[in-house]
Amino acid sequence: MMTNPWVKDFPQLNSGMCYLDTAATSLKPLSVIETLDHYYHDLSANIHRGMYHAAVETTQLYEETRETIARFIGAETEEIIFTRGTTSGLNMVAFSYGLAHLKPGDEIIVSELEHHSSFLPWQEVAKRTGAVLRFVTLNEEGRITVEAFQETLSEKTKVVALTYVSNVMGFITPLKEIVSLAHDTDAIVVVDAAQAIQHIEIDVSDLDCDFLAFSGHKMLGPTGIGILYGKQNLLQSMEPFEFGGDMNEDVEKGQSTWKTAPQKFEAGTMPIASVLGLKTAVEYLQSIGLKQISEHIEKVHRYAIAQLSQIDEVTIYNKTSETGIISFNLSDVPAHDAITFFAEQDVALRAGQHCAKLICDWLGIHSCLRASVYLYNTYKDVDRLVEAVKQAVKYFKELGF
Amino acid sequence: MSGLDNLYREVIMEHYKNPRNKGLVENENYKTFRIKNPSCGDDITIQSFVIDGIIKDCRQEGHGCSISMASASVLTEMMIGKTVEEALEVAENYLNMVSNKQYNETMDLEEAEVFSGVRQFPARVKCASIAWVAFKDTLK
Repeated sequence: MMTNPWVKDFPQLNSGMCYLDTAATSLKPLSVIETLDHYYHDLSANIHRGMYHAAVETTQLYEETRETIARFIGAETEEIIFTRGTTSGLNMVAFSYGLAHLKPGDEIIVSELEHHSSFLPWQEVAKRTGAVLRFVTLNEEGRITVEAFQETLSEKTKVVALTYVSNVMGFITPLKEIVSLAHDTDAIVVVDAAQAIQHIEIDVSDLDCDFLAFSGHKMLGPTGIGILYGKQNLLQSMEPFEFGGDMNEDVEKGQSTWKTAPQKFEAGTMPIASVLGLKTAVEYLQSIGLKQISEHIEKVHRYAIAQLSQIDEVTIYNKTSETGIISFNLSDVPAHDAITFFAEQDVALRAGQHCAKLICDWLGIHSCLRASVYLYNTYKDVDRLVEAVKQAVKYFKELGF
Repeated sequence: MSGLDNLYREVIMEHYKNPRNKGLVENENYKTFRIKNPSCGDDITIQSFVIDGIIKDCRQEGHGCSISMASASVLTEMMIGKTVEEALEVAENYLNMVSNKQYNETMDLEEAEVFSGVRQFPARVKCASIAWVAFKDTLK
């Protein structure tokens, strides 16, 4: 394989770390770090308030980010809300839209593939409204299929909250068909795109989903910033989730009014540096192209599956995954024992339930290891992982595991 | 790999493979406390049976990594026969040791001394602590 042209852009790799944990958070390219630095070093101003030069430039960059994100996912600028991350975007939908619209007996469709941030807000809203949670039956591989979704869908369905790509299984949900079916019964569809946004070209106008949330830090951007996309008519009909500065239009003792979306959902001072950094991250992704990124992931991923499959003591739970996520265990070695071994070798993986306990229950496991590959990974990273796995198998066997 | 060998000491492996006092009893005189760690999937239940301020029995059940399983096993064996005061003092000292806080090095931590290697692995402190925290709660 040719040398990876993108590795040099990621200073975190200078230490020699073998980074296979992008599903937890991606690395950050130098250009993103420089943007953060520019804000803190040269601007440090608040937005929408000051008249001085730095404040004007900051406001301009902030609003340009919204335009960049809108174009990136095929939305209108007014449909892009800055949030703290996927979790806060999904909570906003559940507690602003869900609480106001759901009634006893209404149904919310979720799946066992959901990350806790796409499941718990709806579990809580169901409890408070008397709505009922329904789970799409996963097929034998653990996938959401259109057929199974159709069986779960009914006239009572009001909300469909599904993941685009599972953070444990890596499977892509057939969302387009699901959205169309859901709309036939007037249900809205909320998409958790945290594991999709960094490698799948998303066009929300084509997908036609009603809400879609993702995080900056999983797409080469900073932490503390995320995006909630919402269809304009829905956003305008929703009440603000937080109240405070910059989201109001007029404040009186008795009654106050709010700005229109998206501003009414951005109360208080937002993580401005992170917003600006996210713009740089998207520009970096666009300069390469998501198609090229996903092709690269696919190559490295296929190589990793082929290599790991040759080790008898390795059980892979999602061999047929079409994305870069590999979930596996070593025979008779609890994931947290194995992960310590990998950490000693500076091979960065994740172990545990990955904030997705329902799919661990479905798989019948208490926890597992997860490797996730992205654009800065190489065949050499896979070789290092495979070598570490072989050594770990030997080490724990000799200890008597 | 010397750091790892310091973690996976022989005593720990021996308890992991042959856990003591495993299995819960159904007896209302036993105080039971369960802790689940949602990030790693450890799930441990500890029971203690106290008469006249003395721990007459201590049981454990659950699943998790070798460090959490072995530390539960060592805990139960050590605590049987101790007074509640002694037990709490030992547990506190042990928890301080594994989390790399100041602890009383002159106190005899018996077999639990082998978990001192955990200090070098901050990510594993929870593994070594979970059963002991649950145990303290059974005495409340």
